[in-house]
Amino acid sequence: MKDTPLSNCERDFLLKAIEEKKRLDGRQTYDYRNIKITFGTDYGCCFVDLGKTRVMAQVSCELVAPKESRPNEGVLFFNIELSPMASPAFEQGRQSELSVKLNRQLERCFRNSKCIDTESLCVVSGEKVWQIRVDVHTLNHDGNLMDAATVAAITALCHFRRPDVSIQGEEITVYTPEEREPIPLSIYHMPISVSFSFFQQGTYLLVDPCEREERVMDGLLMIAMNKHREICSIQSSGGIMLLKEQVLRCSKIASVKVSEITTLIGKALENDKKARKAGEKCGFAESMSQERITTLIVDETPVEMTDVVEQADDIIKNSKAPPETPSSPVVPAPGVGQVGQGLQNSWGLEEQDSEEEEDMVVEVQPKKKIAKGDIVEISDSEEDEVVILQPEAPVKKSTAHQKGATTSKKKK
Amino acid sequence: MAGLELLSDQGYRLDGRKANELRKVQARMGVFAQADGSAYIEQGNTKALAVVYGPHEMRGSRSRTLYDRAAINCQYSMATFSTAERKRRPHGDKKSTEMSLHLKQTFEAAILTQLYPRSQIDIFVKILQSDGGNYSVCVNAATLAVIDAGIPMRDYVCACTVGFVDETPLADLCYTEENGGVSSLAMALLPRGGQIALLQMDARLHQDHLESMMEAAMTACKGVSKVLDEVVRQHLEEASALSRD
Repeated sequence: MKDTPLSNCERDFLLKAIEEKKRLDGRQTYDYRNIKITFGTDYGCCFVDLGKTRVMAQVSCELVAPKESRPNEGVLFFNIELSPMASPAFEQGRQSELSVKLNRQLERCFRNSKCIDTESLCVVSGEKVWQIRVDVHTLNHDGNLMDAATVAAITALCHFRRPDVSIQGEEITVYTPEEREPIPLSIYHMPISVSFSFFQQGTYLLVDPCEREERVMDGLLMIAMNKHREICSIQSSGGIMLLKEQVLRCSKIASVKVSEITTLIGKALENDKKARKAGEKCGFAESMSQERITTLIVDETPVEMTDVVEQADDIIKNSKAPPETPSSPVVPAPGVGQVGQGLQNSWGLEEQDSEEEEDMVVEVQPKKKIAKGDIVEISDSEEDEVVILQPEAPVKKSTAHQKGATTSKKKK
Repeated sequence: MAGLELLSDQGYRLDGRKANELRKVQARMGVFAQADGSAYIEQGNTKALAVVYGPHEMRGSRSRTLYDRAAINCQYSMATFSTAERKRRPHGDKKSTEMSLHLKQTFEAAILTQLYPRSQIDIFVKILQSDGGNYSVCVNAATLAVIDAGIPMRDYVCACTVGFVDETPLADLCYTEENGGVSSLAMALLPRGGQIALLQMDARLHQDHLESMMEAAMTACKGVSKVLDEVVRQHLEEASALSRD
């Protein structure tokens, strides 16, 4: 299914806001969205929420024969699935450009940087090694899938425990988790990616773009680093031209962000370890809060409003009073509506009747407005008397009005 | 890698080059008569062929026509005999698709696509012999082919792969150096403005070394651009000499 195209006015709005250093959700230029990490019941299952972007990573292992060129190293396999659940633009029949790009970036980020000790995965050299498979599923696409995927993948790898193996001569025994405690993988370092989006031919830069910002961006720069300030991967995509200074600046920003995220991951792993030791229930179902309507709750967005209030006041002061015809119908009695009540006859028929109606309309007008108690500030009306009418009062007026209407009909 | 010294104490690499020396570049333009533009380049032992068709009407899916500029379609493939072990899948695998995407992105930035709305430019690159620096050689070959086709570009697009060993950046890596676990940086540069069209880096490199790596890459790319410029001017002279006779 094709994604809904972005309208020109929305594109202009987004670009203009970025020029004024404003983002849709009120973040600063270098701010990340809230990252929430939860774990599933099994070891090696991890959910990551980056704002509204949601991905799930699952690590599994299997004993296989090793590659011929590397007989004493384990095999690492990474896979990102862009499921149609995440976005209407994703189709089930894979191999879209984005899918290839994300897959390759994830592979390069983890495999080439040697974050996992693959030699420790060897069981029998040349015959049996562990194959570690990391599957990342995208559950909701609200921008920046790459960063969410790397955080999920590395957290899942840190969380994963593989079964214990013992070798007696020719025999290999794989113990189940009940027989012997499973062993964690040996991870050297944690590469985490930070994405920078560029706008207006590289003039403006944003960290962690959301889906709307991704649609209007010119290009993306992904820098993957670990907390020791080692760069694991850099990839620029989209047709942008970068300058050396921009890249260096981005790498400095990335190192700060990566250390923050690494501490967050560490804390999440610690909490989960404690919870499991204490025997508490843990898992995806537990992490969802009960008895709350979750779909319509939106967090308060900290949008800067100071200049907006001034602008709004200016607009209100300079605007003229609207015409004397209110748009809301008058309810003569509770539960009853009347069509045409109180509206000025703009058809230009029967001058007399319209005059009559006008008088009545004028009388009714000011009080009606105040009765509704709505948008009173729009016009600088001189009415300071606020009269709250009882439901009977409008009935009288309606009868008077009706008389006028009937007279007009007669005249016709 | 143990036992394989990528940079000796005297500063010589495996093939006898110094740290900042490029491999020997030999190139030829206009190798095919059928294509609008074509080029063949040899950088050391890496050989690549590039062919350009266009700008022509949009083929394939008409829906992908861009109303204000040309769409660029790149295809990268390696010949089955290009590597030491026969390649079973020359195109369609993830690495080739990724390379094609990178090439497309590089040339979208460099070619003046605004001059050809609603049309398509095809760039096909094939590696005949792979000895390291595949991406860079492809970009250089494609640049020459695009110039041969007469399609206007902002500047030469020159690319080079740079590695980092023993605190020294090595320019223009060969296959053994690339696979030796060395952190390699591939950069496509428009030399005159110093603008980077594509930046790609693998393997661990400390942040402090990034600047020197990028500097070395930019110098190497500028060296390549001089060579390509020579090739283009020579080709032009030969062509005009033939037409005069």
